[in-house]
Amino acid sequence: MSDVIIGLEVHCQLNKLNSKLFCGCSTRQQGLEPNVMTCPVCLGLPGALPVINKKAVEYAIMVGLALNCKIAEHTQFYRKNYYYPDLPRGFQITQYDYPIAFDGVLTVDTDGEERPIRIRRVHMEEDPGRLVHQGSIETSKFVLVDYNRSGMPLLEVVTEPDLRSPKEARRFINKLRNILEYLDVFDGSLEGALRVDANVSLKGGARVEIKNISSYKGVERALLFEISRQQNMRRRGIRVVQETRHYDDERNCTITLRTKEQAEEYRYYPEPDLVPLAVKSWESELKGRLPELPDAKRERFKRQYGISDSHAKVLTAEIRVANYYERVAERCDPRMAATWVADYLKGELNYRDRDIRDAFPPEKMVYILEQLSNGTITDKGAVEVIRALLDEGGDPKDIILARNLAKVETDITRAAVAEVLKENQAAIMDYKAGKAQAFNYLVGMVMKKTGGRADPAEVNLLLRESLECT
Amino acid sequence: MPGQYEESLHKTFDRIKRSRLNAYITLNVEDAIKTAKAVDEGRVTGRLAGVPVAVKDCITTKGLLTTCGSKILSGYVPPFDAEVVARLKREGAVIVGKTNMDEFAMGTSTESSYYGPTRNPWDLSRVPGGSSGGSGAAVAGLECRMALGTDTGGSVRCPASFCGIVGIKPTYGLVSRYGVVAYANSLEQVGPMARNVSDAALLLDVIAGHDPKDSTSVDTADKVSYVNYLIDDVKGLKIGVPKEYFGEGTDKRVENAVWSAIMRLNKLGADYREVSLPHTKYALAAYYIIAMCEASSNLARFDGLRYGLRTGKDENWHTTFSRIRAEGFGEEVKRRIMLGTYALSEGYYGKYYLKALKVRTLIKQDFDKAFKDVDILAAPTMPFPAFRIGEHVDDPLSMYMADVNTVPVNLAGVPSISVPCGFAGNLPIGIQFIGGLFDEPKLIRTAYTFELNTDFQKLPEGF
Amino acid sequence: MAISVKDVKHIASLACIDLDEAQEERFARQFNSILEYFKELDGLNTEGVEPTYHVIGLNNVFREDVVEPSLPQEEALRNAPKKEKGYFKGPRIV
Repeated sequence: MSDVIIGLEVHCQLNKLNSKLFCGCSTRQQGLEPNVMTCPVCLGLPGALPVINKKAVEYAIMVGLALNCKIAEHTQFYRKNYYYPDLPRGFQITQYDYPIAFDGVLTVDTDGEERPIRIRRVHMEEDPGRLVHQGSIETSKFVLVDYNRSGMPLLEVVTEPDLRSPKEARRFINKLRNILEYLDVFDGSLEGALRVDANVSLKGGARVEIKNISSYKGVERALLFEISRQQNMRRRGIRVVQETRHYDDERNCTITLRTKEQAEEYRYYPEPDLVPLAVKSWESELKGRLPELPDAKRERFKRQYGISDSHAKVLTAEIRVANYYERVAERCDPRMAATWVADYLKGELNYRDRDIRDAFPPEKMVYILEQLSNGTITDKGAVEVIRALLDEGGDPKDIILARNLAKVETDITRAAVAEVLKENQAAIMDYKAGKAQAFNYLVGMVMKKTGGRADPAEVNLLLRESLECT
Repeated sequence: MPGQYEESLHKTFDRIKRSRLNAYITLNVEDAIKTAKAVDEGRVTGRLAGVPVAVKDCITTKGLLTTCGSKILSGYVPPFDAEVVARLKREGAVIVGKTNMDEFAMGTSTESSYYGPTRNPWDLSRVPGGSSGGSGAAVAGLECRMALGTDTGGSVRCPASFCGIVGIKPTYGLVSRYGVVAYANSLEQVGPMARNVSDAALLLDVIAGHDPKDSTSVDTADKVSYVNYLIDDVKGLKIGVPKEYFGEGTDKRVENAVWSAIMRLNKLGADYREVSLPHTKYALAAYYIIAMCEASSNLARFDGLRYGLRTGKDENWHTTFSRIRAEGFGEEVKRRIMLGTYALSEGYYGKYYLKALKVRTLIKQDFDKAFKDVDILAAPTMPFPAFRIGEHVDDPLSMYMADVNTVPVNLAGVPSISVPCGFAGNLPIGIQFIGGLFDEPKLIRTAYTFELNTDFQKLPEGF
Repeated sequence: MAISVKDVKHIASLACIDLDEAQEERFARQFNSILEYFKELDGLNTEGVEPTYHVIGLNNVFREDVVEPSLPQEEALRNAPKKEKGYFKGPRIV
C-alpha cells in the first residue's frame, strides 16, 4: 500500500477540564438528560458572550509542546460561518490563521521502524451540539438537538499527509491518545472523546476527505474501505473525484456528502467578541510542567529496570500501564514484573477487550509474584490466579487456597515419580533405548498425578535421578 | 395610599398609554410597580432608586420580552439580564419597558421596526432618529426619565440630536456588552440618554465599569465617577473643529447652530481652531462594510430552532429556515445580512472587510493626531434635523449618508456626547463633542458647561 | 463586477434567506449602488497599514476553569417553538 497518502485531522475533547471552552457549564455531560448542561453562552442566546477558559489554552500549549510544535507568538479565534442545527450561533468559534501550535512531529512505529509524522497544526475550537435522528439522517422526519456537548473544548491536531497505511494511521492515533492521557488533559475512554476526519488519496489521484469517524477502530476500517474503493475505481479506469464523504460506521462504508463544487464557504473572520492571545511567554513554565512522555519513559525503564526494549515499549505506551508496572516493580524483581505485567496481565486484558483500569490493584500482582518467587505456586498457578481475579475478583490468597494451587511438597512429587515409574515400564525401556519423547511422556504422567501442582523443574530432576539409578 | 414613586410611575404609564409616539414595544408594568413600591417602602435603595428608566429592546431583560424590533424574535423571553440591566436593578432603577428601535439596530430612523415606526415628539410626522428612536422619544416625551440606547454608528447620538436630548456614546470597552444583542460587535456600546447632562452622567456612572463576562470590556485600575465632572468651567479647553464634518449635505441651520455653540464656548473661556481629519470621507463605506460583515454572522443564529419565530410546515432544514428568516427579517436586515455575506465570501474578504479594517486604522490615526493638538472636537451630530417618516425608505444609500458624522467615532472607538444646541424651526439640532479614548470626563464637563450657560434644553410643545 | 439576479440568489442561499423575484431584482439594483459607493475605498492606498480588529488593543482575557450553574432543562427549552423529550426539535436535515 505504498502509494497510499493519508493525512488526519484528529479532534480530541479536553474532557479533563472542569468547564467548557467559553462558559462555566460543566464538561461532565456523558450520559445526562439532554439540554441540562447549557447556559446562554453555549445555547447561543442573543447577547451572551464567550470568555476563553485559561486552562484550555494551557492544555493546548502543553499538547503542542508534547508534539514538538512551535508555539505561536500571536494567536486568535475566528468564526467559521455555516448553518447547521448543532451550531447554536450559526458559526463555530475555532482557529484559522495563527493556530496556537504548529510545525511539530510525532514518531510512529511502522513495523519495527520509527517514522516521523509531521504535525501541521494544533488548534482549539468548540464542539457543536449533538443531533439525534430517527433512524438515519436520510430517513428521519425531524431532528432532535441536544446542546450539552455544545462548547465542549476540542483540540484539533492536523497532520501533514505523511501516513502511508490505515494501520499506521491507527498507530498514530493510539500514540496521540496515549500522549494526551500522559498529559492528563484527555480521557480517551469516554464516548465521542475522539473523532477523526481523514484525507485519503492514491499517489497521483484526487484527495477524498472522510468525515465523522468516531471510534478508534473506525479509523482503520474507514480508511481500508476508502482505499479499496479508490483502488477499484483506478483498476476500472474511473477517475476518483475530489469530494467529501461521510463514514457510516454501522454499514462500514463511505458515502458522498458533497463534491468539490458544493464545497462549503465558511467566510472565516476574526471573532470580534474575543481578543487576541499572546501566550508564548507561558511556554517555558508549561514546558517545566510537562510530565515524562512515553519515549522518555521507555528509555528510563530500560535503564532503571534493566528490561528489554519490547517490554519497555509495551509498558510505557499507556500511562496507566506504566504506573501499574512501576508500583509492582518497586516491590518485586523488575524483570519478572515486566514479564508478568506486559505479557501475562496485558495479554489476559486484551483477550477480554479490557483496560488496565479494569484490572486488579498492583498490590495483588505483587502478592502473586511473591508467591511465585518463594515457590508456593507455579507459573501455571499464577496465570490461573490472574484469570480468576479478572473474571471473578477476590483475593489472590483465597484463590490459591480455594483452588488448591499451592505447589505440592517434594516427597509427594517423589512418591508420584515412583508410582509413575512402576506403572510405565514400557516407557522406561523406550527412554533407555534413546527415545527422548518417552521422558516427556513420563513428566506428563507425573504432572497428571499431582494435578499439575508439582514444580516441573523438580519433576524433571527427580525423574532423571530415578532413571539413572534403575 | 401609594407612595410618591408608585404614584408618579402610574402617571408615567398613563401618559404612555395615551401617547401616539409608539416609543415602547413592551411595558414592564407589574414588575416596575413592584420596584416602585419597594422604593417607597425603603426596601430598595441605590443611586437610581425609583427612577423610571427605559431600556432599548436589543438589551436583554430576564423574564421580559426582548425582540430587537424584529418579528423573528417574537415571543422571546430571555432567561438572563444584560450586565447593564443588572446594574440598573442593583441601583434601584424602575425598568419602565423596552423601547422601539430599528430592527436589530440597523437604521437611522426607527422606521424599520416590525412594531411600527416611532414618532418624534417635536413633530409627529417626523422620525425620532435611530436606531434608539424609542429611547430618544420616550426621554423627550416624558415617558421615562432616562433611557439606555446602543450606539453602533450613531444610534444613541442621532435620536438624541433629533429629539433634543443628551446622548453619550462611551469609549468602546467602557460599558459591558454582555446581554446586548449584537449587530456589529466591534463597534457598538450601550449609552445613556437623558434630558440633561447630569442625568446622563449619573446613568453612565451606573452602567460603566469592567465586566468579566465581556472579553472586550476594559479593566481600568480606578473607576471614574462621571458625576464628579459636572463642572461649570471650560477655561483653557482647546476645541478642534473638524472641517470635514461640515460637508456638502449639511443643513445651513445646523452649521450655524453648531458654530454659534462653539462661539458660546469660546466666550466661556475655551479656545477653538479648525482641524482636519482627512480620512473622514472613507468612514461611511468602511463602517457599513464592517457592520454588515459582522451582522451577517451575528444574525445567523436566528433560525427558529431554539427561540423565536417558527411558522409553517417543517420541510428540510435549509428550506424551512430560509423561509422563516425570509418571513422574520425585514428588508433592511436582509440587505445587510446579504451584503455582509457577500463581502466576507471567498475572494472578497480582502477587498472589503480587510480593506475596511485598514481604513479604520487610518481613521483612528486621524483622531490620535488631532488629539495631540486639541482636547476635544466639536461637530454637528447629524447633518440635518429630523426628516419625515418615509422620506428615505426607498433609497437605503441616502439613509446611510445621514450617519456621516457619527460613524467615524465608532470606528475609532472614541467617546462622544450629543447635546442640544439650537433649533431649525421647531426641530432640535444637536452638537457632538468627541474625545480621545476614556475622555468622557472632558466631554461631560464641556457639555455640562454648555448646557448650564445656554437655553436649548426644552420640552417639545404640548409636553 | 456588477451583481446580477443570479448572484443575489446565490448570496441569499448562503445567507439562508428566501427571496421572491421582485426582491431579487430590487436587491440586485440596490446592491449595485451600495457596492458602487463602497468603491470609494479603492481610491485609498492602504499598503502597509495594519488592520484594526479591536480599537482598544486588549489581549489575553480569560476566565478560570471553574464550573458555574447551568440552566435547568426547562429554562433552556422555554423559548423553543418545538421540543420533544427534552430536545429541541428541528426540521429534518435532508
